[in-house]
Parts: sequence; structure tokens; C-alpha cells
Amino acid sequence: MKQFVIFIRKEFAHVLRDRKTLLILFGMPVVQILIFGFALTSEVKDARIVIMDQARDAASRQIISKIEASRYFEVDKTVRSNQEMKEALKQGDIRLAVIFPANFNYDLVHQNDARIQVIADATDPNNATTLISYINAIIQDYEADFNKTNNVPYRILPEIRFLYNPELKGAPNYVPGVMALVLMLVCVMMTAVSIVKEKETGTMEILLVSPFSPLKIIVAKAVPYLILSLVNVVTILLLSVFVLDLPVNGNIFLLFAESTLFIITCLVIGIFISVKTNTMQVAMLISLMGMMLPTILFSGFMFPIENMPLPLQLISNVIPAKWYYIIVKDIMIKGLGLGAIWKETLILAGITIFMLVISLKSFKIRLS
Amino acid sequence: MSEAVITTDKLTKRFGDFVAVSEISFEVDKGEIFGFLGANGAGKTTAMRMLCGLSIPSSGKATIAGFDVYKQTEQIKKNIGYMSQKFSLYEDLTVLENIRFFGGIYGLTDKQIKTKSDQLINQLGLQQEVKKLVVSLPLGWKQKLSFSVAVLHEPKIVFLDEPTGGVDPVTRRQFWDLIYDAADRGVTIFVTTHYMDEAEYCNRISIMVDGVIKALDTPRKLKDNFHAANMDEVFYELARGAKRSE
Repeated sequence: MKQFVIFIRKEFAHVLRDRKTLLILFGMPVVQILIFGFALTSEVKDARIVIMDQARDAASRQIISKIEASRYFEVDKTVRSNQEMKEALKQGDIRLAVIFPANFNYDLVHQNDARIQVIADATDPNNATTLISYINAIIQDYEADFNKTNNVPYRILPEIRFLYNPELKGAPNYVPGVMALVLMLVCVMMTAVSIVKEKETGTMEILLVSPFSPLKIIVAKAVPYLILSLVNVVTILLLSVFVLDLPVNGNIFLLFAESTLFIITCLVIGIFISVKTNTMQVAMLISLMGMMLPTILFSGFMFPIENMPLPLQLISNVIPAKWYYIIVKDIMIKGLGLGAIWKETLILAGITIFMLVISLKSFKIRLS
Repeated sequence: MSEAVITTDKLTKRFGDFVAVSEISFEVDKGEIFGFLGANGAGKTTAMRMLCGLSIPSSGKATIAGFDVYKQTEQIKKNIGYMSQKFSLYEDLTVLENIRFFGGIYGLTDKQIKTKSDQLINQLGLQQEVKKLVVSLPLGWKQKLSFSVAVLHEPKIVFLDEPTGGVDPVTRRQFWDLIYDAADRGVTIFVTTHYMDEAEYCNRISIMVDGVIKALDTPRKLKDNFHAANMDEVFYELARGAKRSE
């Protein structure tokens, strides 16, 4: 145990003495959080929505069939109560709810004051705005059709609500994204590079000849990055709360527990890379190209996964950051508990265990 | 009356069809300085890795400080020191931090480390440099420090893999003074080298060619046997038939 502490202390000395490492470690999250305000818009296809039709009349049915016919939307189900609708939205894959009040047709024809309520999941604001504009277009289209056969111009007023993120701030989207990105970078790259560095300078050989066991070496090399990454999570959350006015709606302990799980996933990937490579450049390149790029592409925080061709959507499932991103969004923005994210947690844990087993295996092969 | 601390019997390492080390057998006595020579690719490093417990032999027997290289690698590791051809201290730590770290992972107590490091710093004359980062030291000092750290935990045997690469003859001579000191204290030295003047400093040397030990004796006897004026000629005589090279 004492040897372990001595090792970890040495590891901290490496990190804290290297200005470049320090800059990447603590400067990057701050910079990323502050510059990631730029929103990216893109088309959304086949967004899953729910419909609550309290009117069940000619007008509502025609609009619903127009929505169904559109390639932008896929009606997941029709719900009967507000409660049911809320549940559906909480699941996270439902982007939008369209609600027709009772007497919709009557209001339209007789009062000239028909209203449709549209509720969008605005945790991803770009997505929500895009979908709202599609719905608006469909309703206007129907309005035009309807007015062609009538002399009096009738009007439908969509009432729009952006759920979870009423002001359509970018922060709820990119704070979880930056968290995933930063942790991925710090843990995977730093761990991989720090282990490979010992190989490259020859100190690894000295350590392997010492009575300190190889497994302990690896754990001792990973622990400092676990601690530093948790410091990063705290930094990002503090910036998010005090600079971006984005509070943590859910349980903060759950958020830290899930973050620890994701950090461990990344550390294990970093260890795997370090076992497989012999130079720092290669380790860095693999970490960047093999980890950062897929994280940016497939986590869903920059480009909507729904839009991607099926093979890419399938690939996105093996990217740990995708699941962590969903988890953070659910806890931080939607304020959901473990009940809502157990599936994602399980997948993340599964990826971690899988990577751990194959790293240990290849590590043993290396040693013999 | 000498007691053998390294014994090998037909020790062999194969990588697939390639026989890196073929049936080497020798003994090294306590306090002996044993030179392990061979051209590049002769199998020196592979043999040394087996003796350090880093690599499991394919066949044959070997004991290090009385421990078996197949089953007792943990005990072996506690009883040996190692210095590789790559400079092997942490350059971003200070002299003292390096000493403390390596002493620590070998399980020395704080008090032992304190005594040992004072002793070592005095011996090397590094009083002014203890708080400096190792990166700022000249190569010769780094290597001397590296050796002293390798014997810090008082191992029975210390393995030196081309320890003096790239340093001038004067520094090399000083380095060998350290080696003699350690040997006088009863530490067995197992050293590989490319420098034939260094080979002359050893008590006995073995010359490896293509995975096989071709000659093993004291430098004087080897020269006599090969009617050679110096070790260079002996080495050339043996190594020119080598088929393998890096």
C-alpha cells in the first residue's frame, strides 16, 4: 500500500510539473465550455413524436395524416392523457408532442380560433427549433388547403412550448457534450501517453524488474487521472452553473457516480491503447483519431444521430460517449433519476468490462 | 569456496521457429563481475530478460540467487537490480525524488531511504544537485546515479545492459570504479557491453554468437587461447562467423 502511495505521488509530480499537460488538463475544459456556444443546425428526419388528439374530428385527423405522411416525423403513438404524454417525453427518444384540444374542428370553423399545442423536447435546441418549424409548415399547408374550399379565411394558432429548455439555450446541449469530450480526451489520451512514455524512456522495464507488480503499475498510473478528471467534472459543473446559468436539475451524486463510471471506461480504453502501442506519437494519434473523432461524430451532441445512415447509427452504439452524453443530459437538464437511465448505465458498464477483459488479456500476452 | 548465484543449464528461448537463445549453460559466482558479450542480435538481451524474470524461458533451467526463473520470478525481482541501456531514471523528477521513488517501490523504509540517499549523494558528490531535476545533469552523472539507484536496495545481483553507451572513456572509468565498489561489497555484476576495453575489466567474460555461447573464460585466458593481443581480436575472431545481425 505504501508503495502504491509513493507511485501515485510520483505520477502527480509528472503531471503537475509539465506545463503543457496542465494546460490541456485544466485549460481545455474551460476553453471548450466557453467557446462551444456556436450552434449547429441541421435537418432532422424521422423524428419520433407523440400525438394527443382530444378532438377526434375531421380537421384534427387530416392534420395528423399530413404529419404522418411527412418524412420528418414518425408518429410513435397516440396518447390519451397529459400524464402519458409526459412519460413519453421523458423517455428521451420522443422529440415532440402535438396536442389537439377538444372541439378543434368546431373552433376552427365557428370561432376561427383553433389552437394546437406543440411541445418540443428542447434539450437539443437546434433539433427542437427545426422540428417546430416543420410542424408549423404542415399546419400552414393544411390551413391553405382548408381555405381554398372556403370563402372565409380560417386560422389555426399553434401554441409552442419548448420543454426542459424554454429559452433554447445552447448550454443544455453542449455542456454534457463537452463533459463527454473532455473526459474522453483527458482519460484516454493522458493515460495512454503516460504509460507509453514509460515504455519509451525505458523506465517501464525498470518497473517491471522491480517487485511492484505489473497490474499495480497500471492501476497506480490510472488513479491520478481518475482524480484529475473528477476535478474537471467539478470545474465544468461550476462553470455551467455560475457562468452559463445552467443548474444541475437532477441528483448531483448520481451525476458524479455516472461520471466516475465513464471516467473508468475511458481509463480502460487508454490502458488498452498503451498496451498496444510503443511510441507516444502513435498512442496520441490513436487516442485522437480513434477516440476523439468518433466521440465528436457519434455522441449526438454535434450531429443528430437520427439523421445518419443506419450503419453509422449502429456504430454510434459502441461509442461510450454517446451513452454518457444521454445520461448527463437526462440527469442535469431533465432532472431524471436512475430509473430513467439504468439502461444507458448498464451499456456503459458493459463496454467498460469488455474493454477491461481484453486489455488484461493483451497485457498478459505482452508480459510473457 | 565460491558460491554460484546465477546458474543456467541449457537455457533456451524460441520465438516461433526462431531460436533466439540456444542452450546456454554457465555459472556466475558471488561478487564476480561477469561480462556478457556478443554482437547485435546475438541474443544477449533475450538471455538477460530471462534471467531477470521478465521473459519465461522456452526450455532449460536457471536459478537466480537460488530462485527458479519459471516459478519464483517475484523473489528474483526482490533480489536483483537492473539498469537498462536506455537511461532509466525519471528526468522530470529531482535526484532525491528518484532515489526516494525507487527505494520506495523496493519496499525500503523511510529511514533506510534517508541513510541510503545520504550515503549515495556523498559518494557521488551530488550535494549541490539533490534538488535539481535529473534532466539537467550531464550524461555521465546520470549513468552513475542510475547505477547507484539500481543497487540501492542491496540486491544480490545487478544486471547492467550496456550501461556506458555514449559516454567518454574518463567517465566510463569512473563508472567502473562504482562497479568495483559494489563487487567488493559482494554484489554480483552481470554486464553486457560493446566496448572491448570494458570487457578487460571483467573477471570472466562469455561471448555469444547466434544465440550460442562460443567462449567463456577470463580475459587473459581467452587472449591466450586465441593467440590474440587484445579482446578486440578475440571478439572479431568469434563474431565474424555470425549469420545473424540486427
